[in-house]
Amino acid sequence: MDAVIELENVAYSYGFGSNELLADISLKLSPGSFHFLTGPSGSGKTTFLKLCYGALVPTAGRIQLFSEDLRMMSRDSIAMSRRRIGVVHQDCQFVDHLNVYDNISLPLNVVGDGQLADLSNLKDLLGWVGLTTRANAFPAELSGGERQRAALARAVVMSPDVILADEPTGNIDWEMSQRLLHLLVELNRMGKTVMIATHDMSLIRAAKALVQARVLRISNRRLQLAGADL
Amino acid sequence: MLGVVSSIKILAGDRQADRIVPPTGFTARLTLFTAAAMAFLSVFALALSLASGRLASRWGEELAQSSTVRISAPSDQLASQTQAALRVLRTTQGVASARALTQAEQQALLEPWLGPDVPVDTLPVPQLIEVIEAPEGYDVAGLRLRLSAEVAGAVVDDHTRWRRPLVRAAARLRLLAWLSIGLIGGLMAAMITLAANATLAANTQVIAVLRLIGATDMYITGAFVRRFTNRALAGALFGTGVAVLALVFLPSSEQENGFLTGLGFQGFHWVLPAIVPFVAAAVAFVSTRAAASRALRAFS
Repeated sequence: MDAVIELENVAYSYGFGSNELLADISLKLSPGSFHFLTGPSGSGKTTFLKLCYGALVPTAGRIQLFSEDLRMMSRDSIAMSRRRIGVVHQDCQFVDHLNVYDNISLPLNVVGDGQLADLSNLKDLLGWVGLTTRANAFPAELSGGERQRAALARAVVMSPDVILADEPTGNIDWEMSQRLLHLLVELNRMGKTVMIATHDMSLIRAAKALVQARVLRISNRRLQLAGADL
Repeated sequence: MLGVVSSIKILAGDRQADRIVPPTGFTARLTLFTAAAMAFLSVFALALSLASGRLASRWGEELAQSSTVRISAPSDQLASQTQAALRVLRTTQGVASARALTQAEQQALLEPWLGPDVPVDTLPVPQLIEVIEAPEGYDVAGLRLRLSAEVAGAVVDDHTRWRRPLVRAAARLRLLAWLSIGLIGGLMAAMITLAANATLAANTQVIAVLRLIGATDMYITGAFVRRFTNRALAGALFGTGVAVLALVFLPSSEQENGFLTGLGFQGFHWVLPAIVPFVAAAVAFVSTRAAASRALRAFS
């Protein structure tokens, strides 16, 4: 089966002449796989994820999103591919003047299905992430955990093939991070490819009891398999 | 062609997309005010341009259709020279009519300068003959030659030296008015571009979110462009309305004894201000779209 995202000898540096942050990275994300990405702060985890969803273009190597070469893709083609990739950021970005419900349904409006969106599905989604009673709240009124769950709901509302989460448990307590992890594992069981960037080892250990996950580490600009020492 | 199609798609409207751009902010007021003020000024510049055009053509037509023959002769020869000049004029091709001004008419012409009580008939005032040209006009040089041969004291004044500077001044005024309209349009485009850039800069998070969830450039651009186009249209409608009202209540040209042709519009020209809000909206559309496209390119 074709990889959903494939990186081949990828390197990345911010600006001309600056040192490479990532070098010689090769990875295939197969459909339905579950990956953790670890590494110290500043090692390039966020940059790696941005490369995976086409927000950054590699300075060397090749990236394929759903079998399309990123360099050959127009901005609109990348936008179309991004509809198949749900992204959850640590600092979960929202449109501040829209409430939770509108923020979560935003991807449906972007693709033009806003009017056709099945409202009961959206309510189910809100219930799934435990935000039914917070649907009319604005992002500024949400706690850290609620924001993460709202971001996850927005990331999955289009039923994407891939979910990329960048430190999704960074700002929330243990109990809430477990709840979020279970939601991500549940999505993986539905066939979604999941990659979580985190430096929270306890989260990775907890996940290993729930799902077959590959653990990757960025060390010295390179990607390594790190499952054995966890 | 693609540009036209995408423009229509952008203008078609999307209620959900429009909610993404925050509804208020100083740029909203700035755009409304700018569009209103520019539309107000545009209507006045348009009125000035049309009025100066009317002035130029009126002066041109009036002065071009008539000329004057002045007879300067000793008082005992004045009547005979006048009759001789009239005979020449009546046989000149292109002259529709010619008549000697009466004493009273000549006095009326001098009255503004000399006052009503001066006995003009005692002064050595030359006799004036008013010449009305036929539409095809007459040969001024030929007439001068004939008059110099037959009427020694006759001088032809075809008003050229009066007409040219007046018509040139009116034409220059009209050009300046059009230039003003162009400058107003350019200034409005610059102001709206600044406002759009400020809005785009203030909404980088909104753009980041939209990019993250797979919004295309047209979707993002459309949301901002529609907002600014609608604001500019609303502001320009208000400004145009106020300007038209102000022109309606200007003193009429009759009250000013015909000196002014009236700065207001005349006839079908009253329809022209209706174009101003749509031109303002088009300027806003183009400038916001360009600003948004630049911002999105920089964003990626």
